[in-house]
Formats: sequence, C-alpha cells, structure tokens
Amino acid sequence: MTLREIADLLDAKVLVGGDHLDIEVKTAFSADLMSDVLAFAKPGSIMITGLTNPQIVRIASIVDNSAILVVRGKIPPEETLALAEELDIPVLSTRYILFETSGRLYANGIVGCVRKIEGPESVVPL
Amino acid sequence: MMDVAFLAEQLSLTVRCGGDRLDREVSGGYVGDLLSNVMAGSGSGDVWITCQTHQNIVAVSVLKEHAGIILTQGREPDADTVERASQEGIPILVTGLSGFETAGRIYALMHP
Amino acid sequence: MTQECECSFPVEGERFDQAGKVSVEVKKALRKVGVPDDILRRAAIATYESEVNIISYAVHGTVNLQVTGDHIVLDIQDIGPGIDNIEQAMEQGYSTANDRIREMGFGAGMGLFNIKNCSDTFEISSEQGKGTHLRILINR
Repeated sequence: MTLREIADLLDAKVLVGGDHLDIEVKTAFSADLMSDVLAFAKPGSIMITGLTNPQIVRIASIVDNSAILVVRGKIPPEETLALAEELDIPVLSTRYILFETSGRLYANGIVGCVRKIEGPESVVPL
Repeated sequence: MMDVAFLAEQLSLTVRCGGDRLDREVSGGYVGDLLSNVMAGSGSGDVWITCQTHQNIVAVSVLKEHAGIILTQGREPDADTVERASQEGIPILVTGLSGFETAGRIYALMHP
Repeated sequence: MTQECECSFPVEGERFDQAGKVSVEVKKALRKVGVPDDILRRAAIATYESEVNIISYAVHGTVNLQVTGDHIVLDIQDIGPGIDNIEQAMEQGYSTANDRIREMGFGAGMGLFNIKNCSDTFEISSEQGKGTHLRILINR
C-alpha cells in the first residue's frame, strides 16, 4: 500500500511529508516501547505508535522506518514534528486505536516485521 | 460469541495462567504498552495485547475488566505477575507473534 | 574518502528529551566514512540503547566512537549506580525501570540484549556505586 492509501484507509491526517505519499509500504511494526522497535522493526516498515515525543522520530531515523503513524487521535507536539521535517520522515495521525489500525492494515495485506519469536534467544525474521 | 479459549485455539496461544477462566467473553481488543493510556482507552471485555510483563498489568486488567492479556513477541510474564493474575482470575496467554500480527489476526476473526 | 574517524559525545542523566541525539550523530559520522547501511544500523541501535541506559540510570556518560578500516568501536563509560546483576540485566524483558520511565516509552528491558545482538564482540563491566563500562566492536 502507498502512504496515501494508508492515510485514506485510516482517515489519517498527514502532518509531515505530504510530498512523500507515494512511498510504498509493505510491513508494519506497532509499539509503545521504543526498544522493541529497535530490536525488531525492518527498514522500510511503518512505525505505528501511541507515543508522540521526539524519540519516535529519532528511532524511526535509526531503523529507517518509511513513516510514523500515530494512533488514538494524538497529534505530536511541535518539537516532534519539527524533528520529523528535519529528518524527512512522514508523520500521519489517525483517530483509530492501535488495535483497529493494525487490524485494518493487516486486512489490507500489510504484514508484521517478524514472523515469530520462538523463545528468548531466537527470532525468526520475515 | 467469542471467548478467550477461541482466540487461544485460533492463534495457537499458550496459556500461562487463568486456564480455568478461558470462557471469559471477548468483545474487543486493545493494543498498548503505556499503562496510563490503557487505563484511559481500553474497555470491559477487551483482550489486551501488550509486551509489558510486570505485575502492574494485572491491576490494570482487573480495573478495566479485560477478558484477558496476551503477551507478544515471546515475552513471558514475571513470576509475581502470574501469581497475581491467578488470584484475580485473569487469563494470561503468550505468543511469539508481534503485536501487529496478533492484533491483525484477532481483528480478522472479529470482522470476518 | 576518509575511512576513519574518532569522536566523543557526552550524555547527561535524566535528559530524556535528548535521548537518541547521540545515535543520530553517530549514524551521520558513520555514513560520512562510508560504512554500509546494515552495519550502520547496528551501530546506531547499540548507541541508542547505551544512551538511554545512561539517561535512565546514570548521572553522566560518554560515548566514544572510533572507526578504523576494519572495525567500529563504541567505548561507553558512565558514572552512576552501576548494575547489580549483569546477567539478569542482560535478559530480554528484564527491566528495573520505574513507571515514569515506562510511560515515556522506555524500560522495555531490551537494552543490553539489543546491544549484544548488534555487536560482534561485546564487553561489559560494572562497579556498584561507580558506574558501567561497555565496549562494543562491530566488524566493517
């Protein structure tokens, strides 16, 4: 799906990166805890989160997320959006909760970044 | 009507406690790791999908009347979490799937 | 293109607003000396987790980056309470974070686990009441 299609599907506001809506997205990672994003998110995936602090932008930059999708109707503060502009990372916001957002994207063919974690030591990547 | 047992079966979830309460009815889902947000946003009958493993999650589930808790990404509940959840009758199940995949699949079951 | 560099970045404890700044700088520095993306990402993740640990638990720390033709070395030293039980701290999901830290999105208990996963060699030592030292080596 493109970012534009994702925005339409979730009735999302595009807060940063209005000129990047043709980016193709195939994978998603949802998390409120940033270390999990670092551990498991794949480059190019869309980060789905309820956090709005500038952390999310720095993390997205580190793991090369294609975009950030903020849920629960939250709008990140100015400093987060300014950092996203600076690092050129699109930020969208949807009123849907994370469960609904994940459900809808999954139903439209977006997959997770990790197939399964078998146990503490092993991660089966996609 | 969907219950926790049905979800456990469909997603091959492993039960860590509350095995006698898998008949709890599931009416929705909530994904979140920030407790204050889960307190504000989740509802009665939700199955809570999270990777938080500490015992505070039980208090939240009890207060919000969740159907159960699913820990994702191979996480295991702390020992005192299991103890409290067993006392309170809150099922805790675990999966190796990511939060996104877990939510996606449960959503699909709720919206066939 | 110069293949090598050496730089040092301070990290202040409790400055959650600054978390990740050093990692982004490290990423820029590595990109400048031609480190490929997948290696760059590992170094950035290891730096990030170290940064957040210093911010969450220590008083002050320094991230020293050294890049040679063969390796990237991150030598990280902090001044702080140190780690009680290193083995336990290395477990995935084990965290001593308080609720305040968790509410900001930190404290997943993945920090040291993530750092180790990203390293080719990883050394950690800690002295209670003094601080913690990490040495992360990644082959180019």
